[in-house]
Amino acid sequence: MFGTGLLKGLGVTFKHLVDTYKDDMQSTPARYQGSDDRGKGLKVIDQPVDQEGLLTIQYPEERRLLPERFRYIPMLIWDTETDEERCTACGICAKVCPPQCIWITRATDEAGKPVTRPQDFFIDATICMSCNYCVEFCPFDAIKMDHDAELASFERFPHLVYDKGELTVPLDYYAALWPVQYAEEQERRAQEAAEARAKEEAKAARAAAKEVKEETPAPEAKLSRAEELKQKAMERARQRREAQS
Amino acid sequence: MSDIVAPTATVAGPLDVAGTLALVQEALPDAKPVSAGPTDYLEVAPDQLLEALRVLRDQGGCDLLSSITCTDYLSYQGRARAKDGPRFEVVYHLYSTAQGGDCVVLHVPVDDGEPLPTATPVYPGANLQEREVWDLYGLVFEGHPNLRRILLWEGFEGHPMRKDWHEAYYEEDQKPFRSRHPRADFARSEDKVPWGKNTRYPADWDPDDWQEPVTYVPVSQDPRHSNGTGDRLSTESVVVNLGPHHPSTHGVFRMVVRIEGETVTALEPDMGYLHRNHEKIGERNTWLMNMPFTDRLDYINSMSNNWGYALAVEKLMGLEVPERAEYLRVIMAELSRIVNHLWSIGFILNDLGALQTPALYAIEEREMILDLFESVSGARMMCNYLRFGGVHRDLPAGWAERARYVVHERLPRALDQLDDLLSGNEIVNTRGRGVGYLSAEQLISLSVTGPMIRAAGVPYDIRRCEPYGVYDRFDFDIPTLPHSDVYDRYYIRLLEARESVRIVQQALAGLPEGDILAGKGGYVFRPPEGEAYGRVEGPKGELGFYLVSDGKPNPYRYHIRAPSYINLNALAPMTVGYKVADAIVILGAIDIVLGEVDR
Amino acid sequence: MSLAPPNFPDLKTGQVESYLHPSVSVPEGLNNNVLVTTVDRLYNWSRRSSMWPLLFGLACCAIEMIATASSRFDLSRFGMEVMRPSPRQSDLMIVSGTVTKKMVPAIVRIYNQMAEPRYVIAMGACATGGGPFKEGYNVVSGIDKYVPVDVYIPGCPPTPEALMFGLMKMHQKVDTQSVTTADWYKREGSAFVPVPQLGPDIFDPRQADLIRAETMSGEAVEADTGGGRAEGGVPGGLRNLGEKAKARIAQAKERAAARLAG
Repeated sequence: MFGTGLLKGLGVTFKHLVDTYKDDMQSTPARYQGSDDRGKGLKVIDQPVDQEGLLTIQYPEERRLLPERFRYIPMLIWDTETDEERCTACGICAKVCPPQCIWITRATDEAGKPVTRPQDFFIDATICMSCNYCVEFCPFDAIKMDHDAELASFERFPHLVYDKGELTVPLDYYAALWPVQYAEEQERRAQEAAEARAKEEAKAARAAAKEVKEETPAPEAKLSRAEELKQKAMERARQRREAQS
Repeated sequence: MSDIVAPTATVAGPLDVAGTLALVQEALPDAKPVSAGPTDYLEVAPDQLLEALRVLRDQGGCDLLSSITCTDYLSYQGRARAKDGPRFEVVYHLYSTAQGGDCVVLHVPVDDGEPLPTATPVYPGANLQEREVWDLYGLVFEGHPNLRRILLWEGFEGHPMRKDWHEAYYEEDQKPFRSRHPRADFARSEDKVPWGKNTRYPADWDPDDWQEPVTYVPVSQDPRHSNGTGDRLSTESVVVNLGPHHPSTHGVFRMVVRIEGETVTALEPDMGYLHRNHEKIGERNTWLMNMPFTDRLDYINSMSNNWGYALAVEKLMGLEVPERAEYLRVIMAELSRIVNHLWSIGFILNDLGALQTPALYAIEEREMILDLFESVSGARMMCNYLRFGGVHRDLPAGWAERARYVVHERLPRALDQLDDLLSGNEIVNTRGRGVGYLSAEQLISLSVTGPMIRAAGVPYDIRRCEPYGVYDRFDFDIPTLPHSDVYDRYYIRLLEARESVRIVQQALAGLPEGDILAGKGGYVFRPPEGEAYGRVEGPKGELGFYLVSDGKPNPYRYHIRAPSYINLNALAPMTVGYKVADAIVILGAIDIVLGEVDR
Repeated sequence: MSLAPPNFPDLKTGQVESYLHPSVSVPEGLNNNVLVTTVDRLYNWSRRSSMWPLLFGLACCAIEMIATASSRFDLSRFGMEVMRPSPRQSDLMIVSGTVTKKMVPAIVRIYNQMAEPRYVIAMGACATGGGPFKEGYNVVSGIDKYVPVDVYIPGCPPTPEALMFGLMKMHQKVDTQSVTTADWYKREGSAFVPVPQLGPDIFDPRQADLIRAETMSGEAVEADTGGGRAEGGVPGGLRNLGEKAKARIAQAKERAAARLAG
């Protein structure tokens, strides 16, 4: 019959309307259940999966619970344990960055020799595509993804080009945002450090044992050996030349 | 609903590629078989191309001309090619919709300035793709009915995909740029050009003398003509311009429509308003860098795009994917198909005039799925989740339970609700039934794929015809509908979303433990020399990636066969004869995303 | 090699800097004028609470904009639920997505058609500065090259929260404006942006002289087409820097140094 479809559709929308009020009455007190305010006094809504419909997030009073893996713009980690930055200016992040939005200058010491620290570190947020590659391929856990999305500004330059100062965050900040990954990482780092230490010790022990057995060849002896090889090579070359002519 | 055709999920069997190529060789003894990496193809001279295509269509059963593209071999560094060969090669990929299976590939070597015949008499679907090749490479297709620029504008200087064409912000041929490390000062590209913009101009060009070239657009015919009632009443048709800023063109798309009264008599799509140079940038990127760029092709479902690209590279490199990763890929791709279909149903209804309400209901569940994507990959839309040989990360704790609830409880409920709300609705029926009809044969000859041809009764789905991943392990149907109109195109998406729900349910139940990434990962990939074409059944149709490797860390050729773009071949034939209001719905039911149309 | 540890509390706050619009300063003699400030407050309150955006989407960011407008984030809480398809009826243009050269003339026309007071938000990396597609031959590196932008929102794409934060920034800006100094009540009216034209490449009529001076100088203006590879150890990207750019770089370095020292 003509019109039944329309009525049915109206029924669906009406049910939706009633449901929202019903839902509000039932769940308003429980609205912030599972909410995690992280000590900032914010109301963070974790959408329950078994609730019909969706909770409206009344930003800025309420926030959506961001998952740990959420990524926006990278940040650099300042290791508060050792009180230095983790970045060694190896440049891998700048190499893998798809839109090439990372600029790194390696620092130099007083003598002008490059050291493994960045002098400058720029990320152009107007180019960054939040792809996570810099984080994924950083071998030193020095660059991570920040959850802070509130970056809007009135000016584009230089406000949206972040330098090292603006990008650096303390380790605790990262640990708070990425608890699971941080724990895994700390475990791995501790293990690696232990392994490195063990290796170092073993090496030292081996070296000590070796020293007992035989004296290392003196530098003069090494030099004379090199000289000998060089002489031989020259001799061979001379013979070849003669054979050709 | 009542008239679902029983799903005919079987195909006649995979196409015998070697046999089909032999057919062509028999007809054309000059054709030269070549083997490049995982792909075998035939090299055909330009004057024999039409003959070869006819043989393939009439005897070989290849009724679908999937992709036409071109490669400029100017700076090819691999060893497999002779240096003195012709500069360009035009590449044709053909499939059989009846038999499924792998593709038949033809290469046509041409030199700069050498014309080649158009394929449009044999395959009308070559239309848009040949225009793209002309636009970006400057190759002339003789006899093409409408060879104008398509992604750029008339008057643009040069053909930008040529290897020797450089843009204003050009830095180096290949990434990573060396100016980024270790002695890098931050510098904006704008500062390299005196006027601070990404533009370059030819020498001796004066802006004041510039006049835009006048081109013939097919709708600009003589406006005065009789409407068939004798000479008493002569009417005047008008050209109406819809877009590029038009609320219902699904982005920045333009239709130039000639209307007689309210009836459309001619339509010409105009695109390129979102041409973001994926391919040019992609050939400068390293192999891995292209992965997040594929997210931004069809930005409603990034996971399927990732998969298409990963599949092509894996084909090239011969990588095996661990089983758990395959299951995760299926789960993600099917969830993104549901997202896409919900979105497209909502916006078809928007175009029908049911403003906002159905769309709001339809995309409500989308948020739940986006939350799932976000917690596994870190981003709502631009997931960048797949890697060559697997996926990036394993599922976080509690993800599978949440996903299970979503696909067992929420999604079936939401789809039922949409079905209740819309399928029986009188307006949807009146506006949708019989509108935008095109027969299955016509659609296939126009290279249309995806839900569009399944709504015309052709059970052609790559997940079944050339199974990739682990799709052969799941029990699902390929729904088809018979009428090939707007209503069926709406309804097929609902049915497909239901099938996707079934697949995700099975995949979640059977998700094995194990590795998620084969190989050692890393960021430098050097696939061996050769070419590969990887394709997946994207939510909009066949999404293919044509890649050429010269053994270097950057792809030599990176071409995207975008379903939205090629499905637009059918827009004009489908719309002519209907009212201008229907044109909007017909476009909406093709379900285009401009990021993919223009790339 | 020693580096002072940075001052963390300032680091994050430094990103969001307070902004004062130049036209906001209270005119001489009107200080503490109760009437004007009250009218201003009312005027700004009403404008900011019913700012209607233009229904205008370009690319990926438009999808997030629609998500923001839909039921979960609900833009109508900001008085923005009516997205107007017509520029004549809207106050705010959210440029959401990559701006291409082919699209710029249309965007500038739309901007010109909007009635004052009008505002522009560049949403996402692409509209702000070209984003990942910046180097592309058909991509405009930021809509601010053609029309003035009030708020920039970085992110690819900005999440709904980021967009709403940008809208609140927009409100902040509206709050600093005054009815006595508003440009759009002046006789000269608002600025009309000349529409760029599509030539061999897109060109801005305002820059015609500059372009002519370069093209007529005998050598084609091509940023860097010499094979691309750097010579003599100079990185390829830095050869053609102008004086302005060098000054900017020096500035940025000083800023970084000052921050670290402070």
